Amino acid sequence: MKQNSVVSLKDINFKYSNEVILNNINLDIYDKEFITLLGPSGCGKTTTLRIIAGFETPQSGEVYFEGEKVNDLPPYKRNVNTVFQKYALFPHLNVFDNVAFGLKLKKMSKKEIEQKVKQMLAIVDLKGYEKRSIANLSGGQQQRVAIARALVCDPKVVLLDEPLGALDLKLRKDMQIELKQLQQKTQKTFVYVTHDQEEALTMSDRVCVMNNGVIAQIGTPEDIYNEPANAFVADFIGEANIINGTMLDDCKVKLLGVELDCVDKGFDKNKPVDVVIRPEDIEVVAPDQAKLVGTVEDVIFKGVHFEISVKCNNCHWLIHSTVSQKIGDTIGMRIDPFNIHIMDKMFLNPTNDIITTVYNSDKENNTTTFLLEGTEVTIPDTYFEEGKKIKISLPPDALYIAGDGVGHLDELYIESVIWKGEHNEIILESDERKWIMQSDIDEQVATYVPICFDFGKAEISEVTDDEK
Amino acid sequence: MKSKRPAIPYLGWMLVFTIVPLVMVVYYAFTDSEGHFSVEPFINASVYSEVFLYSLLIALISTLICLVLAYPLAFSISRCSQRGQSLIIMLLMVPMWMNFILRIYAWVLILQNYGPLDMILNFFGIDVTLIGNSGAVIVGMVYEFLPFMILPLHTVMSKIDSSLIEAAQDLGCSGFYVFRKVILPLSVPGIISGITMVFVPTASTFLVAQYLGGTQFMIGDVIERIFQSDHNTGSAIAVVLMVVILGCLVFMNRFGDKEAVN
Repeated sequence: MKQNSVVSLKDINFKYSNEVILNNINLDIYDKEFITLLGPSGCGKTTTLRIIAGFETPQSGEVYFEGEKVNDLPPYKRNVNTVFQKYALFPHLNVFDNVAFGLKLKKMSKKEIEQKVKQMLAIVDLKGYEKRSIANLSGGQQQRVAIARALVCDPKVVLLDEPLGALDLKLRKDMQIELKQLQQKTQKTFVYVTHDQEEALTMSDRVCVMNNGVIAQIGTPEDIYNEPANAFVADFIGEANIINGTMLDDCKVKLLGVELDCVDKGFDKNKPVDVVIRPEDIEVVAPDQAKLVGTVEDVIFKGVHFEISVKCNNCHWLIHSTVSQKIGDTIGMRIDPFNIHIMDKMFLNPTNDIITTVYNSDKENNTTTFLLEGTEVTIPDTYFEEGKKIKISLPPDALYIAGDGVGHLDELYIESVIWKGEHNEIILESDERKWIMQSDIDEQVATYVPICFDFGKAEISEVTDDEK
Repeated sequence: MKSKRPAIPYLGWMLVFTIVPLVMVVYYAFTDSEGHFSVEPFINASVYSEVFLYSLLIALISTLICLVLAYPLAFSISRCSQRGQSLIIMLLMVPMWMNFILRIYAWVLILQNYGPLDMILNFFGIDVTLIGNSGAVIVGMVYEFLPFMILPLHTVMSKIDSSLIEAAQDLGCSGFYVFRKVILPLSVPGIISGITMVFVPTASTFLVAQYLGGTQFMIGDVIERIFQSDHNTGSAIAVVLMVVILGCLVFMNRFGDKEAVN
């Protein structure tokens, strides 16, 4: 570790009524840095912040503050202050008393308090607002009071929980810059929580991308954008074309039936991988000058660039270009090798495999029944003797969301939804394992759905004992 | 512009059932039995000044006991889950669905000589009279009116966002200071309406003292008895009671406003 870490989280696990919220989080927060915890709703970023503040106690793992373990230290004894999501200003106090709240508890002289509050209000551009009641302030002004109230206590670390979420786009953009300047001016450590990737990239020294209770990647905004660790990060940060490919050899990848040069090495031969290409990294050329050729489907003017949608081998590509194209034209797409990012698949198996023992079966009706996470599932048109060990391989397209709400498995948690050019690749989590599903429909992550299996697409075979 | 027309039926109601009776009570209070203007009813009423002060004292003590009992209860209810809150509030309301006299009579049975409580205390060698004194009246009053203290307190407290409590802790407040600096000032409106809802009926109630207080009557009982034979004196006592309660409420609201500003 080169820099001093102010806050360290070691192997943090947090459960809320049996649901895993944080799964083995390790994070070092350095002195005077602006670090952002970024992720979709339900990824555990706010819980992480609340653990640092002391409002939640992790079931296991340690929280260190400047090298000292603070797991059992109550919030009021920690040298951190929080800017809350909805500001949480005290409605019975005016602006001055809200900001002075923390100082009054520190037994400072009245004069000193007044001087500090005035100084802090000047920093957040609220000079002369001392006597105003909170109810008479605009959203942006309340925001500033909340920031002043936290900063005036002179904490080592300031925690900010989506503080700009309630503001309009324009005000939010202004406040982003102001917050960043404020952090540099006050030389404090800021830990910022947001689900807005642009906000994270604009303000942060480092970004910590979280998904489903784990840290997906930590790095500078440039690292996160240019070298995403997996398809989830690539998809969440900015726009990306994420396509299934196969690694043929070092620096050689095959996608959509075309061999392309890349710069990544060290993958196993013929290993399925995710290939990520940013839309601005694709160069439009004449069809005979590129290996990938497609038809222009749609062109949208976005101000700075055109967003061009191209269909190539059943796969939809997104291109950002300053030059417009005609719809229906055939174009070539050239990509420099260093702009092709290869990453391991998040779901290692290409199919969902179930190895189970036949629970009971019916020869007359030609059905086989097995137990899956406590419920009976019957496979039609298949007969295996009772007690036999069988392996069921369900490809991603054999899973579908139960339209009538009653599935073979209920309450599967949607962990990620990633557009793979042709269809969405959805990773689901049941009580005991993860599942991969293919769908043409967009689904909301962090929600629960019932799932059905289409055994017609499954491959079912008997497992002999020596195969085990 | 908002139309005032929908208010007309209510204005009519208030005129017939509030304003007119009020004027009539005041009219009776200032006339003698022949209908001439007179302050004689007030002079007659002054005989009961001791009962009057006693009633106010009992009401004050009952209200304070209600407040002390209800405050922590209301706070803990307000921090329960939504379902838990509705369940507890309903359980608090259930006794109120029963007849008022029946509930008071239940206390008579509990507190009477050789009643269950008396027997238990006798068993431990404690020999006290539980019924027919001010204590029994206060117990009855607190039991009757406690829900009226809990409900407004709970309403106000459930509106205190937990993030405010967290913000106070974050800024350095330990448990006691969170209460002193955030919860207490924010619950002042609930305290005021709770006191109003308990103090006003306890000061003017009748029957409770008749059943539980032995010879100690409250002013409400006096009004009830006198009014049957002498409208004028009864009205005079009622007017004095009304003015005193009004005075108390005005004073308290002043105090409340000041607290809220601080």
